[in-house]
Amino acid sequence: MTKNNSLTQKSIPLYPAKTKMQVTIIFLVILGFYLFSMIRTQEDMVGGISGALGNMYVVIEKFFPPNFTILSAIWDSMLETIKMAIIATTIAAIITVPLAVLSAQNITTFKPLYYLTRTFLNLLRTIPDLVLAVIFVGLFGVGVFPGILALTVFSLGILAKLISETIESVDMNPLEAMRASGGNVFQVIWYSLVPQVAPQFTSLVLYVFEINVRASVVLGMVGAGGIGLVLNQQIKFYNYPNAMTIIIVIFVTVLIIEYISNKLREALL
Amino acid sequence: MENLQLPPKPEKSLFKKTRALIILLLVLALYVWTFVTIDIDWGRAIERSINNFHRVIPKLFSPDWAAAGEVGEAMLETIFIAFAGSLMAAILAVPLAFLAAQNMMGGKVTSTIGKWILSAIRAFPDLILAILFVVAVGPNAFAGVLAIAIGSTGMLGKMFSEIIESIDMEVVQAMEANGANKIQILFYGVIPQITPEFLSYAIYRFEVDIRASSILGIVGAGGIGTMIIFASSNRNWNEMGMILFGIIIVVTVIDFASARIRRKIV
Repeated sequence: MTKNNSLTQKSIPLYPAKTKMQVTIIFLVILGFYLFSMIRTQEDMVGGISGALGNMYVVIEKFFPPNFTILSAIWDSMLETIKMAIIATTIAAIITVPLAVLSAQNITTFKPLYYLTRTFLNLLRTIPDLVLAVIFVGLFGVGVFPGILALTVFSLGILAKLISETIESVDMNPLEAMRASGGNVFQVIWYSLVPQVAPQFTSLVLYVFEINVRASVVLGMVGAGGIGLVLNQQIKFYNYPNAMTIIIVIFVTVLIIEYISNKLREALL
Repeated sequence: MENLQLPPKPEKSLFKKTRALIILLLVLALYVWTFVTIDIDWGRAIERSINNFHRVIPKLFSPDWAAAGEVGEAMLETIFIAFAGSLMAAILAVPLAFLAAQNMMGGKVTSTIGKWILSAIRAFPDLILAILFVVAVGPNAFAGVLAIAIGSTGMLGKMFSEIIESIDMEVVQAMEANGANKIQILFYGVIPQITPEFLSYAIYRFEVDIRASSILGIVGAGGIGTMIIFASSNRNWNEMGMILFGIIIVVTVIDFASARIRRKIV
């Protein structure tokens, strides 16, 4: 009885002291780094954070009311942006198939090839879409074409990674059964891998299409066609009411496309 | 010899057939419209690329090492922007996520409102937010921090709310049955379940934000993007090569580190 009492009286901490110490140190490091970054990023700001908050209403004053009379003029560029996204997503979805198969560990049993495609895709994904656009605009001149290329390369990296992960998580039993009954590589892929991956594949392509619409909006800022080009011009002319209209149009378009693609994906999965 | 024949496939209903046909036709029409009306000046693109190829591509692969110091500094600023922004977002996203999760604040109404707020935030591309904040606080790195913070809140809030919705509610019910109040349930029933995944997603978001903040400078919001826009308007492709090299190194290192940390947490 006395033994039990001494146990209940001394409350046992939920976590050992070492864990507590570690968590505290990590927390302090994060906090310190945060404060440091806040100070560094506000260094060359005039008026400090209070001035910035005061300025917020200047934005509202400058951007509102939006000038809706230009709606008909920007409609075409918005459609162009969507077209860019459609083409880029389609091309990426086609090229991605061999890349995704090659970078899936359970299908590509030849290790060097697997590591090669993996590394290539990882490298591809590190390059921001806008940098690709800047380079392609430098190569091909201002227009839609460099934008489509940049989007294709950019979405290829994401799509191939997501799809290869899907392929890696499939049920391997049908594949083995098919192989055991004498199917060749292409038969195995076509009859037991494709049916398992197809719904996810379509869903991921739609998801990347959403990303591409958003990305193609901003690509125009560096001259790669679409609505971003018009937005950039309006900002450069300090024509903020026009810019606000464009921003609202982008906002609504992105919301609609996201809604449609969400509904489609729900139906698929 | 036994007749080897597959059993007949089940008939598909007429409704399903017509629906599939209509969807196919719609998609086809969309593609025809897209490819017919897209305006690509092939002649100019080919001519330009023949002229420019040797001026651009080889230079990208021979980076200008003299700019390494400047690139390093700008990259450091990019990391600061991403860090401050994603930490702010991680904090802002928590209340919104609790609002949007169906199993926390009660009714469907609050959940729908929360979800609408989050998807409204997500509809703004980071760069558009950066434009707005550059006008508000001037062309500096802090505009970038704000753009990243708001932009990431949308995505993180959605992820967080999905995590909250997937927790084991039996723990919460057991605590309720034992007479725990709301605060106790939150601290002992909910938070221990969600913390590891919250941290994991926040760290993952930091990875994404490094990429996002590296381009914000294009509209004047600080970081390496400022150098990108200068290098591209000066056609200084050697410097662009160096910038690209810097971005690739930093992103790879941070991806690797974050993957390691996340594996440890979850």
